Amino acid sequence: MNWDIILTQFFSQSIGVNAMVFAMAAIGLNIHFGYTGLLNFGHVGFMAAGAYGVGMTVFWLDQSFWLGLVVGVLFCVALALLLGVPTLRLRSDYLGITTIAASEALRIFVRWRGNRERTGASEGINDFADDFFALNIFDKPGNQSYRFFFFEYRAQDLWMMVVGWSLVLLFVLLNWQLVRSPWGRVLKSIREDEDAARALGKNAYSYKMQALVLGGVIGGVAGMMQVIAKQSVQPDTFNPVITFLIWTVLIIGGVGKVWSPVAGSIIYWALISGLITFMRELIGTDLSDTLETWLNLSILNVDQLRFVIFGFTLMMLMWFRPQGIFGSREEMALDDR
Amino acid sequence: MTDNSDSTDSAELEQGDSSSGIVLGATAGGGGAGSAEMVNIPNPIEGIFDNVDPTPGSKKPDEILVAKNVVRRFGGLTAVDVAEVRIQRGAITALIGPNGAGKTTFFNLLTGFDAPDEGHVELNGTSIDGVASHKLAARGMVRTFQLTKALSKLTVLDNMKLGAKDQPGEKFLTALFTPAWRGRENKVEAQARALLDRFNMTHMADEFAGTLSGGQRKLVEMARALMTEPELVMLDEPMAGVNPALTQSLLGHVKQLRAEGRTVIFVEHDMDVVRDISDWVVVMAEGKIIAEGTPDAIAANQAVVDAYLGSHHDTDLTFEEEE
Ligand SMILES: Nc1ncnc2c1ncn2[C@@H]1O[C@H](COP(=O)(O)OP(=O)(O)OP(=O)(O)O)[C@@H](O)[C@H]1O
Ligand SMILES: [Mg+2]
Repeated sequence: MNWDIILTQFFSQSIGVNAMVFAMAAIGLNIHFGYTGLLNFGHVGFMAAGAYGVGMTVFWLDQSFWLGLVVGVLFCVALALLLGVPTLRLRSDYLGITTIAASEALRIFVRWRGNRERTGASEGINDFADDFFALNIFDKPGNQSYRFFFFEYRAQDLWMMVVGWSLVLLFVLLNWQLVRSPWGRVLKSIREDEDAARALGKNAYSYKMQALVLGGVIGGVAGMMQVIAKQSVQPDTFNPVITFLIWTVLIIGGVGKVWSPVAGSIIYWALISGLITFMRELIGTDLSDTLETWLNLSILNVDQLRFVIFGFTLMMLMWFRPQGIFGSREEMALDDR
Repeated sequence: MTDNSDSTDSAELEQGDSSSGIVLGATAGGGGAGSAEMVNIPNPIEGIFDNVDPTPGSKKPDEILVAKNVVRRFGGLTAVDVAEVRIQRGAITALIGPNGAGKTTFFNLLTGFDAPDEGHVELNGTSIDGVASHKLAARGMVRTFQLTKALSKLTVLDNMKLGAKDQPGEKFLTALFTPAWRGRENKVEAQARALLDRFNMTHMADEFAGTLSGGQRKLVEMARALMTEPELVMLDEPMAGVNPALTQSLLGHVKQLRAEGRTVIFVEHDMDVVRDISDWVVVMAEGKIIAEGTPDAIAANQAVVDAYLGSHHDTDLTFEEEE
């Protein structure tokens, strides 16, 4: 058993590109659900909107990558308005149903054959972010990989991480400032009781819309980061499972706390990567026959195990620490009164 | 509490032998006279109703709120059908009526939380038909809810601060720059603490509102409403579930509002409370205004007694009619 590989995966993935993308996406979801009480079950739709905004600008419109970033943000704003205008005056579950449907509709639409010239259909869009990697400060000839302690990254990923985590930090600070401001107080009051907020003169509809747009744009930027890192926009990476993984990350960290998306994402990716690598290694030992016989576990299906492990971990978390890492049990108990 | 106070009223009424009016008022002295602090609260509009016609929809000397032909139907049920009601500025007006009379629904219609099928409402002489509920706070109207709405995961102090008007930090872009809203926030906090002090809630300022008892929530909700510096305060059963001692202090606060020149409309089932603090009483039954008058006149009004008894005690009513 090679512990070096296991630990390298554990540490590298804990702050890797995936962890960065999910942390950022979860910040957006936290603004929706954690602070405003908006049920968004289609967060991946915002990620797709951002991703296709930048991808389509380069691929279809033949414009610059940088303009694509702006278009990505505009796509997210448009999606938020489209979802919010009809549903935000209604009960919160209407938004939940609408978001999950819209995100799936979006995925199916972009992979539709008729959209091949615009979205690349099922092949997607590739190699559109050269402008971004042209700025890579780590990309030096002969030095394509960096290692420190158990952290090991390719130059391309390292550059992505530096930019991405800086953005995460920026969004965390933005989030922190907003929720300590009177604006954030209104959001929280709407989460607690919309009618009370309205009786005190707050335009609940407008605030919910602002929160939906803000969280949606942050989710969209996360989507851009994800596809830029891979230099590839693929419709099927934006499937509904992603939304639920973002929810998982948020719940691990603790809903409605500023740092929880970051903590939740780091823990999720460290554990999942470490565990999967551990299982792979285990299959490589003389235990492999036993595993195959008793658990029907082989190198072919070991990846599937991540969901089993994760479901179990989530159950344990709900059992022992339902408020997540940063959440407070006292606050949670208030829900039952 | 609602049921409880209702049955108390009814029990008192049932005991009546000659005139139910006397009985209605019988216990008022006992329950009403409050502590010394309350006796000293002046009533700036004393005697203003002396020449007001005690009939539904009658004109008042200085009207703050006027509702005409307000109708609200839920399917086949006409919950509210108010021909006309006019509210005197600066007075405490009680809205009473049996359970299901339509008081809360009428409140919702007046405050923009529900839209009437027909009718017009004027606040300070301008129409507020179709005006969104959140805009009415800016126009000086604020309400509380029958089912108290404490914002559980906000502290009591934050609950209070939320009520403040003119906080530039409630705009997204301004919120990003603390210096742009810090000054106003400090003033708001001072105002909130002063109000909490007045309601004897200072010790709870930093607790989550969700930890408060039912009565304490009523206090916070009322105090929070006052943070909007309202002209017109609409309270839906502010004393429901509040213990007698606290009721006394709540009554004092309501009288204090009148002394400050604010207008109060409140829904209440307890006739002792109504007689103690209201200047004028409006009675609703089955969606209609069936009577208006001074508390004493209402207590002696046969239509009111019928409305209360009729909905719960048909047999007693027949008995009284035979007499
Ligand atoms: N949303 C609604 N849908 C259907 N019927 C309703 C609705 N709201 C109120 N009603 C009905 O309208 C009538 C008046 O209700 P309302 O709550 O206004 O009474 P109330 O006078 O406030 O009673 P209480 O003293 O018990 O609070 C009741 O018959 C009630 O069932
Ligand atoms: Mg009611």
